[in-house]
Amino acid sequence: MADTANGTAFVAFERVQKSYDGETLVVKDLNLSMPKGEFLTMLGPSGSGKTTCLMMLAGFETATHGEIKLDGKPINNIPPHKRGIGMVFQNYALFPHMTVAENLAFPLEVRGMGKSERESKIKRALDMVQMGDFAGRRPAQLSGGQQQRIALARALVFEPELVLMDEPLGALDKQLRETLQFEITHLAHRLGITVVYVTHDQTEALTMSDRVAVFDDGRIQQLAPPDQLYEAPENSFVAQFIGENNTLEGVVEEIRGDHCVVKLDSGDIIDAKPVNVSEVGERTKVSIRPERVEYNPERLQQGAHTLKAEVLEFIYMGDIFRTRLRVAGNDDFVIKTRNAPDQVRLAPGDQIEIGWLPEDCRALDA
Amino acid sequence: MTDATAQDKIAGPTPDTAIRDAERADGPMLAADGRPLKKSLASALRRQKIRALLLIAPLLIFIMFTFIIPIGQMLFRSVENQIVSETLPRTVAALDGYDSESGPPSGEVFAALTRDMVVAAELKNHTRLGSRLNYETTGLSSLFRQAGRGVDDIGEDYTDAFVDANEAWEEGETWVRLLANEGWIVASDEWAAREEAAGRGFDELPPRFVFADGVEEALPRTTEMYADFAAVLRTEDGDSPVDEEPWNIVYLSLYEDLAANPDAPAAFEGAEAELLAEAAEIAAGLEPFDYTAAFEEIDEDWLGEDVWGTIDAFSSDYTAGYFAASADRKLTPDGIQPVDEDQRVYGTLFLRTMLMSLGITVSCIALGYPVAWLLANLPLRTANVLMILVLLPFWTSLLVRTSAWKVLLQQQGVINDILVWLGLVSDSNRLIMINNQFGTIVAMTHILLPFMILPLYSVMKTIPPSYLRAAKSLGATNWTAFWRVYFPQSVPGIGAGSILVFILAIGYYITPEIVGGTKGVFISNRIAYHISTSLNWGLAAALGTILLALVLVLYWLYDRIVGIDNVKLGG
Repeated sequence: MADTANGTAFVAFERVQKSYDGETLVVKDLNLSMPKGEFLTMLGPSGSGKTTCLMMLAGFETATHGEIKLDGKPINNIPPHKRGIGMVFQNYALFPHMTVAENLAFPLEVRGMGKSERESKIKRALDMVQMGDFAGRRPAQLSGGQQQRIALARALVFEPELVLMDEPLGALDKQLRETLQFEITHLAHRLGITVVYVTHDQTEALTMSDRVAVFDDGRIQQLAPPDQLYEAPENSFVAQFIGENNTLEGVVEEIRGDHCVVKLDSGDIIDAKPVNVSEVGERTKVSIRPERVEYNPERLQQGAHTLKAEVLEFIYMGDIFRTRLRVAGNDDFVIKTRNAPDQVRLAPGDQIEIGWLPEDCRALDA
Repeated sequence: MTDATAQDKIAGPTPDTAIRDAERADGPMLAADGRPLKKSLASALRRQKIRALLLIAPLLIFIMFTFIIPIGQMLFRSVENQIVSETLPRTVAALDGYDSESGPPSGEVFAALTRDMVVAAELKNHTRLGSRLNYETTGLSSLFRQAGRGVDDIGEDYTDAFVDANEAWEEGETWVRLLANEGWIVASDEWAAREEAAGRGFDELPPRFVFADGVEEALPRTTEMYADFAAVLRTEDGDSPVDEEPWNIVYLSLYEDLAANPDAPAAFEGAEAELLAEAAEIAAGLEPFDYTAAFEEIDEDWLGEDVWGTIDAFSSDYTAGYFAASADRKLTPDGIQPVDEDQRVYGTLFLRTMLMSLGITVSCIALGYPVAWLLANLPLRTANVLMILVLLPFWTSLLVRTSAWKVLLQQQGVINDILVWLGLVSDSNRLIMINNQFGTIVAMTHILLPFMILPLYSVMKTIPPSYLRAAKSLGATNWTAFWRVYFPQSVPGIGAGSILVFILAIGYYITPEIVGGTKGVFISNRIAYHISTSLNWGLAAALGTILLALVLVLYWLYDRIVGIDNVKLGG
């Protein structure tokens, strides 16, 4: 990002480390900068350090080393209540002894705001999440989705510039989750707020974010917009973690610019794009997305390497077909094809030839 | 082959058809067998209900017989007062309409009292009555004891007069022939023969005395007393009146009957009529007996207002007297009056019990809340160790803990020694920390603290830390976050702990008894005193009833203000 480089980042982590027990680092050397108005998602498996990062930003955990800056100012020593950061929690954390309106009034009251101003802000915030009629209810009288809307309204009502969300949709059912994903993104963009969103659900991360930081083992593995993350994963963890992925293992035979040849463990030779392999003889994991695999020989490029495959299973999924193949000794090779009128439906036992464009096949670290 | 499906046909209604029938009929919903669904459900649930009942039955029976019934009986004693009307039935009847302000009652009342007292003295009931009435007016106990001794002689002169005239009057047999029914005499003779034959160890009671026809109308007073005489003789000594000379009061009654009705002998026949006619002549020559004077001679206090006011006030079967006494009031003939100021103790005691229990509850909250908070927020391992420390007092005998406080708090005790050693207190000015309210509050706070910490802990354990974080992220300072968000959610725990501690404190006995001295005792100590020392169980029951009512009222108030469903004892 351009504004990151010249130091105008709104949120910045600089060489941040965190350890709870003095023996192991939960967060190892985190560097991250966000421009104002960005929707950034921290994605990763549990224990990857993403929530710790969020808590350090919110002020509930202190960094063991490094600096966190908000709008250019270090905030390491500022207590949470003075940071002015809105936060939405996984379990909503709506105060059960207060009504919805009282919950929303709370951040305004502690800021010493007058009653009439408070009321108009509460009304606006509730209308924003389409919960205008629920001001008098108690949290226990609301459904999960409604509670999450209120929690969102409460985090936004005092107009913070930065809002943190810690797996806010984790407890909701799929349909509601999808609806709220769109609502949250639209709201964030409309209000122009900066959002740091933590989730372990990759679909959520891909659909909502401007950029996604994939966490593993206390490090950011890749920080990129969703499409890049999916189409151009930089290492095999990201490739595995984001979306469905087929992996073949082998050794690099030959590298020529942005093209390389990999000899698989089964002896087959394939074309691939070298991403983080640098020399011949290096072991590699080759990653191919299921929908980029082609088995119609007419559509394959001239001279492309192909592999023999046997159909093990054919699953009809409505809009797509999902076919499981045995390829180069791998029984879990999956291809996805669109349900189009001219599409060939495979049957278990069919022997086919598969191939792909060399740029769709990425040779990553082993 | 016949139709194979024939055997599948169902003769009665199938479930489906039954439901359809029921819907069509618009009547009650029917089960598959055509019975109303409600009945069917009830019978299906009956087994479950019976099993549930059987499971709780042992405890229910145990509680019933060891707790509810005894407590009920005890509470009943707070209003029960049958002792007066049972011991002095004639007096109570004669007192009807008596006004104690018009001086001592009429001679008729004294006559009734004499008769009651003679019977009571024979049964040795008069001392019990005396001590009962002594609770209300001091001095009555000895008055009754004296009267019990004195009434024996009342009517002696008349006995002598009758016996002097005819020695036959001295014989029990004479009286029996005069008064008894033929059948009874035969039965009595048979009983005597059996007693003779059996010798020692004969425990059959003589037959119940039966009067001859018409005797009771002719000699009402005599027969009334004689009946009592025969009954006392029968139940107390197992004797028949045949061989016994009646009480003096029977002779006096005979005189009164003959004086009032000189024609009485006409109801008799033969030798008895002659004997009675002779007696009537003697009676005509005797002066009527002055009962009032007789009692005045026993003790002139019997003519006092106090005695009769008290007897009159407590003559009914049920009394509010104990409750009046519990409220520092006195039941007098003029209604309920406050007692003298220097005798008022219970109001102060109740107030002190309430205030000190409140103080103990407040100090338990103050000391227990931070501990519970710490327990709820520490890692489980550490919390468990601390929890053992909290529970440790539970595993030590109450008496030991209280006695330990005595060692710590007394003037030559550990705390004073340390303060003197530190120079904070001079040796001559050692603090008095025991045998007063301070000692009671300290020791009881210590003893009841776990009852506050445990419910608080279990409630705080359920408050997720994210609430505090949420509050802080919304801009609240640590204090505001605690006070506005955390504290309100821990109120149910405070409520549960306070109810427990307060109710336990209000009825506490051992600790105030040991460390309370005179200023630090509770109402329960007074109740124990009346149960075991003064033996005024009625008053003890009344005080206990008031205490119970007080607790129930507080509980009700608490339910109205905080709501009992807000109380949480566990997760």
